[in-house]
Amino acid sequence: MRHIISVLVENEFGVLSRISGLFSGRGFNIESLCVAETLDPTISTMTIVTTGDDAIIEQILKQLNKLINVIKVIDFRDTDYISREMVLVKVNAEEKTREEILRMVEIFRGRIIDVSQKTYTIMITGDEEKLRAFLALVRPLGIKDLVRTGPVAMARGDRTIKMKEKQPKGGNEDG
Amino acid sequence: MKKTGAQIFVESLVAEGVDTIFCYPGGATLYITDALSDCDIRQIVVRHEQGAVHASDGYARASGKVGVSLVTSGPGATNTVTGIATAYMDSIPIVIFSCQVNTALIGNDAFQEADIVGITRPCTKHNYLVKDVKDLARIIKEAFHIARSGRPGPVLVDIPKDVSASLTEFKYPDKIHIRSYQPTYFGHPGQIQRAMRQIASSKRPVLFTGGGIILSGASNELTKFAEALSIPVTNTLMGLGGFPGNHQLFLGMLGMHGTYAANMAITESDLVIAMGARFDDRATGKIDEFAPHAKVIHVDIDPTSISKNIKVDIPIVGDTKNVLHKMLDILAEDKESFKGFQASIHEWLKKITKWKKDFPLTYQKNGGLKPQYVIERIYELTKGKAIITTEVGQNQMWTAQFYKFLKPRTMLTSGGLGTMGFGFPAAIGAQTAFPRSLVIDIAGDGSIQMNIQELATAVQHRLPVKVVILNNGYLGMVRQWQEFFYEKRYTWTCLPHPDFVKVAEAYGAAGYRIDKEKDVDKVLKEAFRNNQPTFIDVHVDPMECVYPMVPAGASLKEMLLV
Repeated sequence: MRHIISVLVENEFGVLSRISGLFSGRGFNIESLCVAETLDPTISTMTIVTTGDDAIIEQILKQLNKLINVIKVIDFRDTDYISREMVLVKVNAEEKTREEILRMVEIFRGRIIDVSQKTYTIMITGDEEKLRAFLALVRPLGIKDLVRTGPVAMARGDRTIKMKEKQPKGGNEDG
Repeated sequence: MKKTGAQIFVESLVAEGVDTIFCYPGGATLYITDALSDCDIRQIVVRHEQGAVHASDGYARASGKVGVSLVTSGPGATNTVTGIATAYMDSIPIVIFSCQVNTALIGNDAFQEADIVGITRPCTKHNYLVKDVKDLARIIKEAFHIARSGRPGPVLVDIPKDVSASLTEFKYPDKIHIRSYQPTYFGHPGQIQRAMRQIASSKRPVLFTGGGIILSGASNELTKFAEALSIPVTNTLMGLGGFPGNHQLFLGMLGMHGTYAANMAITESDLVIAMGARFDDRATGKIDEFAPHAKVIHVDIDPTSISKNIKVDIPIVGDTKNVLHKMLDILAEDKESFKGFQASIHEWLKKITKWKKDFPLTYQKNGGLKPQYVIERIYELTKGKAIITTEVGQNQMWTAQFYKFLKPRTMLTSGGLGTMGFGFPAAIGAQTAFPRSLVIDIAGDGSIQMNIQELATAVQHRLPVKVVILNNGYLGMVRQWQEFFYEKRYTWTCLPHPDFVKVAEAYGAAGYRIDKEKDVDKVLKEAFRNNQPTFIDVHVDPMECVYPMVPAGASLKEMLLV
């Protein structure tokens, strides 16, 4: 099953390789990984998309928590969340298809951010389904190049990622 | 007054109470080496950096304190990797200081440069590169704290040469605060209550305990708990010594070379109470058939160990000592709930006693000198009071089976990684921690040659370590597998070995040789009295195998007996 996990980490050198090394060393999958600083410049968020059954996801969460530089791990499995991803896609834009592409970009609320004699470069953001639908539409025109950021995610509503530190707990009901 | 990084290093170690380091010099260590020349810290210079880390590991396992080693950059640092991985697998608190090329040269493929922080990332609990001398004292403080707290483990600190030369104000921090690291020591009270209710309603419980009992100093609590309820105890290899090996509730070690009673008890149990054990494949055998009728309670300080290999019914994250305390409290308050339990446990103990009686650990006494006999004699002669280290292979398994470990921290063995060459330097480390104790490395003729150079270290520092070489002329454990599973083709495993008595003498140590059963006691006694480092080359029956054996991938009840 596909999972989005957010990991709050100390914004220090080497942390990314600790996380990626954990995934490769233990044979966990990473579909995408997106890292950047948070409001607090000493902390970064990593948004990781991974796959695995419940037991594997449980291990991933625990192993991430075990890393000394990891401050908090959020599994979006049981929460209502929103996620968005950005795609840059360079498509063939011939005389006769230019109009149609413009229309599609408008419908999908994307933007054309670069133009050449033969191509458009389109920026489009959205959830996975929207991006899939859009790419299916432009694919017949000929995609020259494509880059995706991988998704970032956030809980819906008032809930925020609290910068609460790891607390010495009286154990954990579910281990 | 400002101090250099090297001075700060030395004073920080003193502040941490470090009395001994195991080290090897090089270009990058020079400032630190120089600063160490006038301090009280004992410096054991080894002959290979792997030996330094194993020695610090043996020191830590024997004493419970953090072991410390210091090596140079590049090859000095890479030579530590096996030692670090060994300590990591067995959760041993050690701090490794590697020196590094100048910060300006890092990344330039400089002479004797290696990215040791990158290399050791997956086999340390945590590691650091000190980029600024101002961070040095804090990092050292954190390194010791991380190594010894929570689930212990190795921490590496990489110190570039220029950092060790730079000046800064020094004050060793008295407090520590790592916002992202707060281990859980106290088990969830509700979970502990649940576990106790489960125990009260069980009919065939087994305590299955590992190295966590020793690391948390919980042996007394474990013994009290087992005795209070008459629950039989089996140990993993790492758990040996955590429960008295001569106790009537003791089943022996379980697993691949475990006792019949231990493996059968697990297989027929209705409740496995695992404490500080991580369900390693050598202990569990085929995981799907491990304890098929049992509910599982698992107490461990490391949440990742829980439900990793086996599904756990009642997980308790916490330090085993604290959890056992709490369990004993509950027991004292509520004897009533355990009345039914006490009545039914005797059926179970009767069954176990029969298993123990019908299939004890044994060996055939025909043929040549038996290695098992030698270990039995070592146990009798030392009355179980020696600190024993082992190498890896048959020597390790026979020791685990035939030496009764009565106290924690008397069995030092590479359980997780299975590192040949561990036992001898680890014995040197243990001897350093306990100069008056009898420290014996039980070795094979293969393993001893993996760090035999440390004999020079033992001689130089007058560490009277005893090495009993169970010499069968084979890499015996692999040979045994070839005998059973590869049609007796002994490819690569029949290796010529040197005359170990002459080797010992050449290094300035004592050497003895034993060929016959009748000489065993006499020579061992004499060798154990000798105050020099000593090799005892015991020529044992070359074809002897370790039994019982559960073939790899088979379930625990499928044992090959003698």
